[in-house]
Amino acid sequence: MEWLKTLISRPSKGVSGKTGYWRTFKPIYDRDKCVLCYECYVYCPENCVEIVEKVVKIDYDFCKGCGICSEVCPANAIEMVKED
Amino acid sequence: MKTILTGNHAVAYAVKLSRVKVVSAYPITPQTTIVEKIAEMIAKGEMDAEFVNVESEHSALSVVYGSALAGLRSFTATSSHGLLYMYEMCWWVSNSRLPLVMAVVTRTIGPPWNIHTDHTDLMTLRDSGWIIAMAENAQEALDLTIQSFKISESLNLPFAVGLDAFVVSHTAEVVDVPDQETVDEFLPERKQAYRVDPNDVFAVGNIADNLETMRIRREMALDMEKAKGVIDEVGREFGEIFGRRYGLVEEYMVDDAEYIVVMTGAWSGDAKEAVDILRERGIQIGLLKLRYIRPFPREVIERLDDRKILVVDRSFSMGHRGTLGIEVGNVVDCKNVVAGLCGVDVGFEDFKEMFERFVRGELGEVEWWI
Repeated sequence: MEWLKTLISRPSKGVSGKTGYWRTFKPIYDRDKCVLCYECYVYCPENCVEIVEKVVKIDYDFCKGCGICSEVCPANAIEMVKED
Repeated sequence: MKTILTGNHAVAYAVKLSRVKVVSAYPITPQTTIVEKIAEMIAKGEMDAEFVNVESEHSALSVVYGSALAGLRSFTATSSHGLLYMYEMCWWVSNSRLPLVMAVVTRTIGPPWNIHTDHTDLMTLRDSGWIIAMAENAQEALDLTIQSFKISESLNLPFAVGLDAFVVSHTAEVVDVPDQETVDEFLPERKQAYRVDPNDVFAVGNIADNLETMRIRREMALDMEKAKGVIDEVGREFGEIFGRRYGLVEEYMVDDAEYIVVMTGAWSGDAKEAVDILRERGIQIGLLKLRYIRPFPREVIERLDDRKILVVDRSFSMGHRGTLGIEVGNVVDCKNVVAGLCGVDVGFEDFKEMFERFVRGELGEVEWWI
Protein backbone atom coordinates (compact mmCIF):
# COMPACT_ATOMS: atom_id res chain seq x y z
CA MET A 1 0.00 0.00 0.00
CA GLU A 2 2.81 2.40 -0.96
CA TRP A 3 0.24 4.43 -2.90
CA LEU A 4 -1.30 5.84 0.23
CA LYS A 5 1.65 8.13 1.01
CA THR A 6 1.25 9.86 -2.38
CA LEU A 7 -2.53 9.81 -2.55
CA ILE A 8 -3.13 11.77 0.62
CA SER A 9 -1.14 14.64 2.07
CA ARG A 10 -0.85 16.09 5.52
CA PRO A 11 -0.85 19.84 5.02
CA SER A 12 1.43 22.15 6.94
CA LYS A 13 2.50 25.70 6.28
CA GLY A 14 4.77 25.88 3.24
CA VAL A 15 4.73 22.14 2.52
CA SER A 16 4.29 22.87 -1.21
CA GLY A 17 6.73 25.80 -1.20
CA LYS A 18 6.24 29.51 -0.55
CA THR A 19 3.74 30.82 -3.07
CA GLY A 20 4.40 34.51 -2.34
CA TYR A 21 6.94 34.63 -5.16
CA TRP A 22 4.06 34.57 -7.68
CA ARG A 23 3.23 38.14 -6.65
CA THR A 24 3.43 41.06 -9.11
CA PHE A 25 1.78 43.69 -6.91
CA LYS A 26 2.41 43.86 -3.19
CA PRO A 27 -0.19 45.16 -0.72
CA ILE A 28 1.28 47.90 1.47
CA TYR A 29 -0.64 48.68 4.66
CA ASP A 30 -1.01 52.13 6.21
CA ARG A 31 -1.85 51.92 9.92
CA ASP A 32 -2.80 55.60 10.08
CA LYS A 33 -5.64 55.21 7.56
CA CYS A 34 -6.86 51.83 8.90
CA VAL A 35 -10.24 51.85 10.70
CA LEU A 36 -9.93 48.20 11.85
CA CYS A 37 -13.08 47.12 10.03
CA TYR A 38 -11.57 43.61 9.40
CA GLU A 39 -12.79 43.55 5.76
CA CYS A 40 -9.28 42.59 4.50
CA TYR A 41 -9.12 39.81 7.08
CA VAL A 42 -12.51 38.46 6.00
CA TYR A 43 -11.97 38.71 2.24
CA CYS A 44 -8.37 37.49 1.86
CA PRO A 45 -8.83 34.25 -0.13
CA GLU A 46 -5.44 32.93 0.98
CA ASN A 47 -5.86 33.57 4.68
CA CYS A 48 -2.76 35.76 4.62
CA VAL A 49 -4.15 38.59 6.74
CA GLU A 50 -3.89 38.53 10.49
CA ILE A 51 -4.74 41.37 12.89
CA VAL A 52 -2.41 41.44 15.84
CA GLU A 53 -2.84 44.08 18.54
CA LYS A 54 -4.95 46.30 16.25
CA VAL A 55 -2.40 46.14 13.42
CA VAL A 56 -2.93 44.33 10.09
CA LYS A 57 -0.17 41.83 9.35
CA ILE A 58 0.15 40.43 5.81
CA ASP A 59 2.05 37.18 5.34
CA TYR A 60 4.19 37.95 2.28
CA ASP A 61 5.46 34.34 2.13
CA PHE A 62 2.03 33.33 0.81
CA CYS A 63 0.29 36.53 -0.36
CA LYS A 64 -0.03 36.22 -4.17
CA GLY A 65 -0.89 39.88 -4.63
CA CYS A 66 -4.47 39.45 -5.82
CA GLY A 67 -5.41 42.87 -4.44
CA ILE A 68 -8.75 41.93 -2.95
CA CYS A 69 -7.78 43.36 0.45
CA SER A 70 -6.98 46.67 -1.20
CA GLU A 71 -10.21 46.60 -3.21
CA VAL A 72 -12.48 45.96 -0.22
CA CYS A 73 -10.74 48.37 2.16
CA PRO A 74 -13.18 51.30 2.77
CA ALA A 75 -10.39 53.53 4.13
CA ASN A 76 -7.89 53.05 1.25
CA ALA A 77 -5.42 51.81 3.83
CA ILE A 78 -3.93 49.13 1.53
CA GLU A 79 -2.11 50.22 -1.60
CA MET A 80 -0.95 47.79 -4.32
CA VAL A 81 2.65 48.58 -5.25
CA LYS A 82 4.51 46.89 -8.10
CA GLU A 83 7.19 44.49 -6.92
CA ASP A 84 10.79 45.36 -7.73
CA MET B 1 -36.04 -17.88 1.30
CA LYS B 2 -37.26 -18.29 -2.27
CA THR B 3 -39.44 -15.46 -3.52
CA ILE B 4 -40.32 -13.62 -6.73
CA LEU B 5 -38.21 -10.53 -7.42
CA THR B 6 -37.19 -8.33 -10.32
CA GLY B 7 -33.48 -7.90 -10.88
CA ASN B 8 -33.67 -4.36 -9.52
CA HIS B 9 -35.44 -5.44 -6.33
CA ALA B 10 -32.94 -8.28 -5.96
CA VAL B 11 -30.15 -5.67 -5.97
CA ALA B 12 -32.07 -3.56 -3.43
CA TYR B 13 -32.44 -6.53 -1.04
CA ALA B 14 -28.74 -7.36 -1.48
CA VAL B 15 -27.87 -3.78 -0.51
CA LYS B 16 -30.02 -4.10 2.62
CA LEU B 17 -28.51 -7.48 3.51
CA SER B 18 -25.02 -6.02 3.03
CA ARG B 19 -25.84 -3.47 5.76
CA VAL B 20 -25.13 -0.46 3.56
CA LYS B 21 -25.15 2.77 5.56
CA VAL B 22 -25.37 5.49 2.89
CA VAL B 23 -27.27 5.46 -0.42
CA SER B 24 -27.45 8.39 -2.79
CA ALA B 25 -28.90 8.34 -6.28
CA TYR B 26 -30.76 10.28 -8.91
CA PRO B 27 -33.63 8.52 -10.66
CA ILE B 28 -33.15 7.27 -14.21
CA THR B 29 -34.97 4.53 -16.07
CA PRO B 30 -34.31 1.58 -15.84
CA GLN B 31 -32.36 1.96 -12.59
CA THR B 32 -34.99 3.85 -10.58
CA THR B 33 -36.74 0.91 -8.94
CA ILE B 34 -33.50 -0.13 -7.19
CA VAL B 35 -33.26 3.05 -5.16
CA GLU B 36 -37.03 3.40 -4.93
CA LYS B 37 -37.12 0.06 -3.10
CA ILE B 38 -34.19 1.04 -0.91
CA ALA B 39 -35.84 4.38 -0.05
CA GLU B 40 -39.01 2.48 0.89
CA MET B 41 -37.11 0.08 3.15
CA ILE B 42 -35.32 2.97 4.87
CA ALA B 43 -38.60 4.90 5.32
CA LYS B 44 -40.25 1.84 6.88
CA GLY B 45 -37.33 1.43 9.27
CA GLU B 46 -36.40 -1.97 7.81
CA MET B 47 -33.00 -0.69 6.75
CA ASP B 48 -30.70 1.40 8.91
CA ALA B 49 -29.18 3.82 6.39
CA GLU B 50 -29.16 7.42 5.21
CA PHE B 51 -30.74 8.10 1.82
CA VAL B 52 -29.44 11.34 0.32
CA ASN B 53 -31.55 12.93 -2.41
CA VAL B 54 -29.48 14.88 -4.92
CA GLU B 55 -29.98 16.98 -8.05
CA SER B 56 -27.75 14.96 -10.39
CA GLU B 57 -25.76 11.78 -10.82
CA HIS B 58 -22.52 13.75 -10.48
CA SER B 59 -23.71 14.71 -7.01
CA ALA B 60 -24.96 11.19 -6.24
CA LEU B 61 -21.51 9.69 -6.73
CA SER B 62 -19.96 12.69 -4.97
CA VAL B 63 -22.11 12.01 -1.89
CA VAL B 64 -21.09 8.36 -1.70
CA TYR B 65 -17.49 9.37 -2.43
CA GLY B 66 -17.69 11.36 0.80
CA SER B 67 -19.46 8.69 2.81
CA ALA B 68 -17.09 5.98 1.59
CA LEU B 69 -14.17 8.24 2.48
CA ALA B 70 -15.70 8.64 5.93
CA GLY B 71 -15.68 4.87 6.38
CA LEU B 72 -19.30 3.95 5.70
CA ARG B 73 -20.45 1.18 3.38
CA SER B 74 -21.99 3.09 0.47
CA PHE B 75 -24.03 2.38 -2.63
CA THR B 76 -25.41 4.16 -5.68
CA ALA B 77 -27.06 3.09 -8.91
CA THR B 78 -27.45 4.56 -12.37
CA SER B 79 -27.81 3.91 -16.11
CA SER B 80 -26.61 5.30 -19.42
CA HIS B 81 -26.75 9.12 -19.41
CA GLY B 82 -26.64 9.10 -15.62
CA LEU B 83 -23.38 7.16 -15.71
CA LEU B 84 -21.96 9.56 -18.28
CA TYR B 85 -23.02 12.55 -16.18
CA MET B 86 -21.14 11.16 -13.16
CA TYR B 87 -18.16 10.07 -15.26
CA GLU B 88 -15.70 12.51 -13.72
CA MET B 89 -16.56 11.25 -10.24
CA CYS B 90 -16.16 7.64 -11.36
CA TRP B 91 -12.45 8.37 -11.80
CA TRP B 92 -12.24 10.30 -8.54
CA VAL B 93 -13.60 7.27 -6.72
CA SER B 94 -11.27 4.75 -8.36
CA ASN B 95 -8.14 6.92 -8.33
CA SER B 96 -8.84 7.68 -4.65
CA ARG B 97 -8.93 3.90 -4.12
CA LEU B 98 -12.31 4.09 -2.37
CA PRO B 99 -14.29 0.89 -1.97
CA LEU B 100 -17.96 1.38 -2.86
CA VAL B 101 -20.56 -0.31 -5.04
CA MET B 102 -22.66 0.99 -7.91
CA ALA B 103 -25.31 -0.89 -9.84
CA VAL B 104 -25.31 -0.01 -13.52
CA VAL B 105 -28.49 -1.06 -15.26
CA THR B 106 -27.19 -1.10 -18.82
CA ARG B 107 -29.12 1.11 -21.21
CA THR B 108 -28.63 2.57 -24.67
CA ILE B 109 -26.91 5.94 -24.87
CA GLY B 110 -28.92 8.45 -26.91
CA PRO B 111 -29.78 10.14 -29.13
CA PRO B 112 -32.22 8.99 -30.32
CA TRP B 113 -33.79 8.43 -26.93
CA ASN B 114 -33.89 4.77 -25.95
CA ILE B 115 -34.25 3.11 -22.56
CA HIS B 116 -33.46 -0.47 -23.61
CA THR B 117 -30.38 -2.56 -22.97
CA ASP B 118 -26.99 -2.04 -24.59
CA HIS B 119 -23.66 -2.59 -22.82
CA THR B 120 -21.84 0.42 -24.25
CA ASP B 121 -22.61 2.56 -21.17
CA LEU B 122 -21.03 0.07 -18.74
CA MET B 123 -18.02 -0.40 -21.01
CA THR B 124 -17.08 3.28 -20.62
CA LEU B 125 -15.78 2.28 -17.16
CA ARG B 126 -13.25 -0.16 -18.64
CA ASP B 127 -10.11 1.96 -18.23
CA SER B 128 -11.08 3.67 -14.98
CA GLY B 129 -10.03 1.20 -12.30
CA TRP B 130 -13.52 -0.04 -11.41
CA ILE B 131 -14.11 -3.76 -11.07
CA ILE B 132 -16.88 -4.51 -13.57
CA ALA B 133 -19.22 -7.49 -13.28
CA MET B 134 -22.28 -8.39 -15.32
CA ALA B 135 -25.24 -10.39 -13.99
CA GLU B 136 -27.16 -12.86 -16.14
CA ASN B 137 -30.34 -12.86 -14.07
CA ALA B 138 -31.92 -11.55 -10.86
CA GLN B 139 -30.26 -14.22 -8.71
CA GLU B 140 -26.82 -13.30 -10.02
CA ALA B 141 -27.62 -9.61 -9.52
CA LEU B 142 -28.33 -10.30 -5.85
CA ASP B 143 -25.38 -12.64 -5.35
CA LEU B 144 -22.86 -10.41 -7.14
CA THR B 145 -24.01 -7.36 -5.16
CA ILE B 146 -23.38 -9.14 -1.85
CA GLN B 147 -19.96 -10.34 -3.07
CA SER B 148 -19.12 -6.93 -4.51
CA PHE B 149 -18.78 -5.26 -1.11
CA LYS B 150 -16.37 -7.92 0.11
CA ILE B 151 -14.27 -7.80 -3.08
CA SER B 152 -14.27 -4.00 -3.30
CA GLU B 153 -13.31 -3.55 0.35
CA SER B 154 -10.51 -6.09 0.28
CA LEU B 155 -8.88 -4.43 -2.76
CA ASN B 156 -9.69 -0.75 -2.19
CA LEU B 157 -11.24 -0.59 -5.66
CA PRO B 158 -14.82 0.42 -6.52
CA PHE B 159 -17.17 -2.18 -7.98
CA ALA B 160 -19.84 -1.81 -10.71
CA VAL B 161 -22.53 -4.50 -10.84
CA GLY B 162 -24.05 -4.50 -14.33
CA LEU B 163 -27.47 -5.85 -15.19
CA ASP B 164 -29.41 -5.57 -18.45
CA ALA B 165 -32.25 -3.06 -18.70
CA PHE B 166 -35.68 -4.67 -18.40
CA VAL B 167 -34.49 -8.17 -19.36
CA VAL B 168 -33.04 -8.44 -15.85
CA SER B 169 -33.95 -5.18 -14.13
CA HIS B 170 -37.73 -5.41 -14.55
CA THR B 171 -38.28 -9.13 -15.11
CA ALA B 172 -39.61 -10.96 -12.06
CA GLU B 173 -38.24 -14.43 -11.43
CA VAL B 174 -37.61 -16.81 -8.56
CA VAL B 175 -34.76 -15.58 -6.39
CA ASP B 176 -33.28 -17.27 -3.35
CA VAL B 177 -32.82 -14.44 -0.82
CA PRO B 178 -30.41 -15.42 1.95
CA ASP B 179 -31.12 -14.59 5.59
CA GLN B 180 -29.33 -11.78 7.41
CA GLU B 181 -27.33 -14.04 9.74
CA THR B 182 -25.77 -15.98 6.87
CA VAL B 183 -24.90 -12.79 4.97
CA ASP B 184 -23.33 -11.38 8.15
CA GLU B 185 -21.24 -14.54 8.42
CA PHE B 186 -20.05 -14.09 4.81
CA LEU B 187 -19.61 -10.31 4.77
CA PRO B 188 -17.46 -8.84 7.55
CA GLU B 189 -17.44 -5.25 8.79
CA ARG B 190 -16.21 -2.72 6.26
CA LYS B 191 -12.47 -2.25 5.97
CA GLN B 192 -10.52 0.22 3.85
CA ALA B 193 -7.01 1.60 3.47
CA TYR B 194 -7.76 5.04 4.90
CA ARG B 195 -10.68 7.11 6.05
CA VAL B 196 -11.47 10.61 7.20
CA ASP B 197 -10.70 11.12 10.85
CA PRO B 198 -11.34 14.53 12.44
CA ASN B 199 -8.39 13.89 14.77
CA ASP B 200 -5.95 13.12 11.97
CA VAL B 201 -6.27 15.80 9.32
CA PHE B 202 -5.15 15.06 5.77
CA ALA B 203 -6.00 16.16 2.22
CA VAL B 204 -7.11 14.10 -0.79
CA GLY B 205 -6.72 15.53 -4.27
CA ASN B 206 -3.41 17.17 -3.47
CA ILE B 207 -0.86 17.88 -6.19
CA ALA B 208 1.71 15.09 -6.29
CA ASP B 209 4.97 14.40 -8.04
CA ASN B 210 4.60 12.97 -11.59
CA LEU B 211 6.70 9.88 -11.00
CA GLU B 212 5.05 9.15 -7.66
CA THR B 213 1.64 9.49 -9.33
CA MET B 214 2.64 7.04 -12.05
CA ARG B 215 3.79 4.67 -9.31
CA ILE B 216 0.33 4.70 -7.69
CA ARG B 217 -1.26 3.90 -11.06
CA ARG B 218 1.09 0.93 -11.37
CA GLU B 219 0.10 -0.29 -7.91
CA MET B 220 -3.54 0.06 -8.95
CA ALA B 221 -2.85 -2.05 -12.04
CA LEU B 222 -1.17 -4.71 -9.88
CA ASP B 223 -4.11 -4.70 -7.44
CA MET B 224 -6.48 -5.13 -10.39
CA GLU B 225 -4.45 -8.21 -11.37
CA LYS B 226 -4.65 -9.41 -7.76
CA ALA B 227 -8.42 -8.93 -7.99
CA LYS B 228 -8.67 -12.00 -10.22
CA GLY B 229 -7.61 -14.26 -7.35
CA VAL B 230 -9.78 -12.40 -4.83
CA ILE B 231 -12.85 -12.67 -7.08
CA ASP B 232 -12.39 -16.42 -7.53
CA GLU B 233 -11.71 -16.92 -3.81
CA VAL B 234 -14.71 -14.85 -2.68
CA GLY B 235 -16.86 -16.59 -5.31
CA ARG B 236 -15.76 -20.01 -4.03
CA GLU B 237 -16.46 -19.01 -0.42
CA PHE B 238 -19.87 -17.67 -1.46
CA GLY B 239 -20.56 -21.03 -3.09
CA GLU B 240 -19.69 -22.91 0.09
CA ILE B 241 -22.07 -20.81 2.18
CA PHE B 242 -24.92 -20.17 -0.25
CA GLY B 243 -24.59 -23.10 -2.68
CA ARG B 244 -24.02 -20.97 -5.78
CA ARG B 245 -20.39 -20.74 -6.84
CA TYR B 246 -19.03 -17.67 -8.60
CA GLY B 247 -15.81 -16.59 -10.29
CA LEU B 248 -14.45 -14.55 -13.17
CA VAL B 249 -16.26 -16.65 -15.78
CA GLU B 250 -18.93 -19.29 -16.13
CA GLU B 251 -17.99 -22.18 -18.40
CA TYR B 252 -20.92 -23.86 -20.15
CA MET B 253 -19.88 -27.06 -21.96
CA VAL B 254 -16.46 -25.55 -22.63
CA ASP B 255 -14.21 -28.51 -21.72
CA ASP B 256 -14.63 -30.59 -24.88
CA ALA B 257 -15.85 -27.77 -27.12
CA GLU B 258 -14.29 -27.22 -30.52
CA TYR B 259 -16.28 -24.00 -30.95
CA ILE B 260 -16.65 -21.48 -28.13
CA VAL B 261 -18.92 -18.47 -27.92
CA VAL B 262 -17.82 -15.66 -25.57
CA MET B 263 -20.38 -13.17 -24.28
CA THR B 264 -21.68 -11.42 -21.16
CA GLY B 265 -25.00 -10.48 -19.59
CA ALA B 266 -28.61 -11.62 -19.66
CA TRP B 267 -28.70 -13.02 -23.18
CA SER B 268 -26.12 -15.66 -22.22
CA GLY B 269 -29.16 -17.63 -21.00
CA ASP B 270 -30.73 -17.59 -24.48
CA ALA B 271 -27.38 -18.48 -26.02
CA LYS B 272 -27.07 -21.52 -23.71
CA GLU B 273 -30.36 -22.79 -25.15
CA ALA B 274 -28.92 -22.48 -28.65
CA VAL B 275 -25.78 -24.31 -27.47
CA ASP B 276 -28.03 -27.12 -26.17
CA ILE B 277 -29.78 -27.40 -29.55
CA LEU B 278 -26.49 -27.58 -31.47
CA ARG B 279 -25.09 -30.09 -28.96
CA GLU B 280 -28.11 -32.35 -29.58
CA ARG B 281 -27.00 -32.43 -33.20
CA GLY B 282 -23.51 -33.50 -32.15
CA ILE B 283 -21.82 -30.12 -32.67
CA GLN B 284 -19.14 -29.59 -30.03
CA ILE B 285 -19.93 -26.03 -29.03
CA GLY B 286 -19.71 -24.35 -25.65
CA LEU B 287 -20.21 -20.93 -24.08
CA LEU B 288 -17.82 -18.89 -21.97
CA LYS B 289 -19.74 -16.26 -20.06
CA LEU B 290 -17.60 -13.36 -18.89
CA ARG B 291 -18.98 -12.57 -15.47
CA TYR B 292 -16.27 -9.94 -15.10
CA ILE B 293 -15.05 -7.47 -17.72
CA ARG B 294 -12.52 -5.91 -15.33
CA PRO B 295 -10.30 -7.45 -14.31
CA PHE B 296 -10.34 -9.15 -17.69
CA PRO B 297 -10.14 -12.98 -17.47
CA ARG B 298 -7.18 -13.03 -19.83
CA GLU B 299 -5.65 -16.28 -18.53
CA VAL B 300 -8.91 -18.19 -19.02
CA ILE B 301 -9.10 -17.04 -22.64
CA GLU B 302 -5.42 -17.77 -23.30
CA ARG B 303 -6.12 -21.43 -22.54
CA LEU B 304 -8.65 -21.50 -25.41
CA ASP B 305 -6.18 -20.63 -28.15
CA ASP B 306 -6.64 -24.02 -29.86
CA ARG B 307 -10.43 -23.54 -30.26
CA LYS B 308 -12.53 -21.57 -32.73
CA ILE B 309 -13.92 -18.54 -30.95
CA LEU B 310 -16.87 -16.26 -31.59
CA VAL B 311 -17.41 -13.13 -29.51
CA VAL B 312 -20.97 -11.80 -29.40
CA ASP B 313 -21.03 -8.14 -28.42
CA ARG B 314 -23.76 -5.87 -27.14
CA SER B 315 -21.45 -2.87 -27.28
CA PHE B 316 -19.42 -1.35 -30.07
CA SER B 317 -16.31 0.79 -30.21
CA MET B 318 -16.81 3.18 -33.12
CA GLY B 319 -13.95 2.90 -35.58
CA HIS B 320 -12.94 -0.60 -34.47
CA ARG B 321 -14.96 -3.70 -33.44
CA GLY B 322 -17.34 -4.79 -30.75
CA THR B 323 -15.86 -3.92 -27.36
CA LEU B 324 -15.45 -7.52 -26.19
CA GLY B 325 -14.30 -8.43 -29.70
CA ILE B 326 -11.37 -6.08 -29.13
CA GLU B 327 -10.75 -7.45 -25.64
CA VAL B 328 -10.86 -11.14 -26.56
CA GLY B 329 -9.19 -10.53 -29.94
CA ASN B 330 -6.27 -9.05 -28.06
CA VAL B 331 -5.66 -12.50 -26.51
CA VAL B 332 -6.77 -15.04 -29.17
CA ASP B 333 -8.07 -14.99 -32.75
CA CYS B 334 -11.83 -14.60 -32.85
CA LYS B 335 -14.81 -13.74 -35.01
CA ASN B 336 -17.02 -10.93 -33.76
CA VAL B 337 -20.79 -10.50 -34.05
CA VAL B 338 -22.29 -7.19 -32.98
CA ALA B 339 -25.91 -7.72 -32.02
CA GLY B 340 -28.68 -6.44 -29.80
CA LEU B 341 -27.44 -2.86 -29.71
CA CYS B 342 -30.05 -0.27 -28.71
CA GLY B 343 -32.24 -2.95 -27.13
CA VAL B 344 -32.78 -4.96 -30.32
CA ASP B 345 -34.21 -8.27 -29.19
CA VAL B 346 -31.99 -11.29 -29.79
CA GLY B 347 -33.49 -14.65 -28.86
CA PHE B 348 -32.31 -18.24 -28.88
CA GLU B 349 -33.42 -18.66 -32.51
CA ASP B 350 -31.09 -15.85 -33.54
CA PHE B 351 -28.29 -17.48 -31.59
CA LYS B 352 -29.05 -20.85 -33.16
CA GLU B 353 -28.72 -19.35 -36.64
CA MET B 354 -25.68 -17.28 -35.63
CA PHE B 355 -23.87 -20.29 -34.13
CA GLU B 356 -24.72 -22.48 -37.13
CA ARG B 357 -23.17 -19.90 -39.45
CA PHE B 358 -20.16 -19.66 -37.13
CA VAL B 359 -19.64 -23.44 -37.20
CA ARG B 360 -20.01 -23.49 -41.00
CA GLY B 361 -17.31 -20.82 -41.22
CA GLU B 362 -19.65 -18.29 -42.81
CA LEU B 363 -19.02 -15.40 -40.42
CA GLY B 364 -16.72 -12.53 -41.36
CA GLU B 365 -14.35 -10.80 -38.96
CA VAL B 366 -17.03 -8.38 -37.76
CA GLU B 367 -20.68 -9.04 -38.56
CA TRP B 368 -23.59 -6.80 -37.64
CA TRP B 369 -26.60 -8.95 -36.71
CA ILE B 370 -29.21 -6.63 -38.16
